Amino acid sequence: MAFNYDKYLRLEKMPTLWCWGCGDGVILKTFVRAIDKLGIKQDDICVVSGIGCSGRFSSYIDFNTVHTTHGRTVAYATGIKLANPDKLVVCVAGDGDSLAIGGNHTIHGCRRNIDLTLIIVNNFIYGLTNSQTSPTTPQGFWTVSQKAGNIDPTFNVSNLAIAAGASFVARETMIEPKKLEKTMIKAMQHKGFALVEVLSNCHINLGRKNKMLSAMENLEWIDSISMPKKKYDALTPEEQLNILPTGVLKQDTEVREYCEMYAEIQKVHQGERKKITQDDFTKKI
Amino acid sequence: MATREVISNGNELAALAAVDAGCMFFGGYPLTPSSEIMHVASDLLPKKGGVAIQMEDEIAGICCVIGAAMSGKRALTATSGPGMSLKAENLGLAQMTEVPLVCINVMRGGPSTGLPTRVAQGDILQAKNPSHGDYKSITLCAGSLAECYTETVRAFNIADRFMQPVIVLLDETIGHMHGKADIPSAEDVEAGIVPRKRFDGDPKDYFPYGVEHDEPAVLNPMFEGYRYHFTGLHHDKNGFPTEEIETCRKLIQRLEDKVALHEDEIESYEEFMMDDADIMIIAYGSVSLAAKEAIRHLRAEGIKAGLFRPITIWPSPAKKIKEYTDKIEKVLVAELNIGQFHSEVQRAAARLDIDGLFKVNGRPLSPHEIVSKVKEL
Repeated sequence: MAFNYDKYLRLEKMPTLWCWGCGDGVILKTFVRAIDKLGIKQDDICVVSGIGCSGRFSSYIDFNTVHTTHGRTVAYATGIKLANPDKLVVCVAGDGDSLAIGGNHTIHGCRRNIDLTLIIVNNFIYGLTNSQTSPTTPQGFWTVSQKAGNIDPTFNVSNLAIAAGASFVARETMIEPKKLEKTMIKAMQHKGFALVEVLSNCHINLGRKNKMLSAMENLEWIDSISMPKKKYDALTPEEQLNILPTGVLKQDTEVREYCEMYAEIQKVHQGERKKITQDDFTKKI
Repeated sequence: MATREVISNGNELAALAAVDAGCMFFGGYPLTPSSEIMHVASDLLPKKGGVAIQMEDEIAGICCVIGAAMSGKRALTATSGPGMSLKAENLGLAQMTEVPLVCINVMRGGPSTGLPTRVAQGDILQAKNPSHGDYKSITLCAGSLAECYTETVRAFNIADRFMQPVIVLLDETIGHMHGKADIPSAEDVEAGIVPRKRFDGDPKDYFPYGVEHDEPAVLNPMFEGYRYHFTGLHHDKNGFPTEEIETCRKLIQRLEDKVALHEDEIESYEEFMMDDADIMIIAYGSVSLAAKEAIRHLRAEGIKAGLFRPITIWPSPAKKIKEYTDKIEKVLVAELNIGQFHSEVQRAAARLDIDGLFKVNGRPLSPHEIVSKVKEL
């Protein structure tokens, strides 16, 4: 039987304002299926989004939902989670939102290892505002803010998250929603900061200007720059240079989650345990 | 009301007040001269099961506080001028989404880095409109140690009544002043907590923003079966984005009117020796302490001066100011900026001959300076 999305969607808000063929819709449906598989009550979930096309994600799904200011998704979610540590809090943000204006909050969310899932919809461009350069726009691409060709180097989102201390880091593409669904489930089940980068298309504001006239051509490009981590690992460094590995890239279940550690601070102040010292941590510096 | 005697400073009393008023969340970033508020919050909140977190920047500080407040908790942030500038956009989101919180600004010299450890009152106009767009800011200003406590408590109750951020202004002198204060007992404060309104009916009949033209939104806590949407976009009665012309107009007008039509619930001021005064000094915060001392000196010399001290700065007690300025010719506004509240007094009085005594070098106004100025009037 086909999956019935109705229970999770705010049907009266349909159709979405996303362009035909946009990856956001695929990612939204995948997220809903992942939630359904997890079996968590809608009341117990909060979805926080930022500004941009992906920012509208939160208004279409029937959970507790927050549409924040540009870039601040993780900071808002941190407050919601710390005040309600037993609830599932998921962030959805774009590449510009989470890596440019909100880059600071993303890296500190990773560092704190607070139990949030951050889905970064990476479409390599500022789509909503008509094709400005984002921190993931490849060099040499045409953007409206650099028509001579983009010279700005790119962030490798997943490497950044790993370096910043996120305990779960994955990259998938919206071309393979089944795989994405499994990874989303793993991310939301993971206790700690889980970042899932989803490579997605924007054939309207990235593709058309960069010789990918249709959604399909944009997806073919995404397919050409990504491959499963196992295959990627077998490549030479030269071959790896222009490929983004997909799958779960890091999962560390040893590192302590922030809300759990904060509960220890509460215990100290409530006289239930002695002060926290370096002895409580394996990593000392 | 039972009171207790404490020996403390203004910043610590503000933090204690927040905790006594039911605050369960603090988010902030170190900023002189406000940091003691975070230090005390980080001791007191975890003790009662709450959270105090030092975030990566001022913006994250206000954002996590709004998040906690959206979920239903009483929440506090504290900062000084540079931090207020950084928090401005998100204070706007809290105004637009009608999320109650308290933001304490311990004022220091500005603009920019200014005089970080010295006193100023240069953020009066910023407090009126920290963010872009139209809304009606509520700002309270403590004029004594005890008021650092009582005004913070009042701020939390007003925030929940009007469903919006409330700014509490201290200045560096008040924040760092150390001494004895009589403050209400924690039991009395707890008994006086007026929690935010909530809707208990069928979730199908729940319209968080579908309220009367002069009433605040009714925002139930998250995770309790009333799922709705927060957005900084113009929104409809369910909280969902809309560009429908009349809905947009009504929303912004309501943000104004929910406060403007109920100013009497917020208005607060002190009149000191005003009964027979023929000279009125207007001062607030730490300057009001110097003004009171000056008035005692002036009265000893037979000069009948009095003090009008706004405690609620925004909305300003404009009607009361006009009552006085209609009958008192000599009016002096003394403040640690170049006439920020002075311009409001001129507006309220509809007079351009209001005198001012302004100081912006990071030093307090002394009673002697006020006495000299009054004698020149």
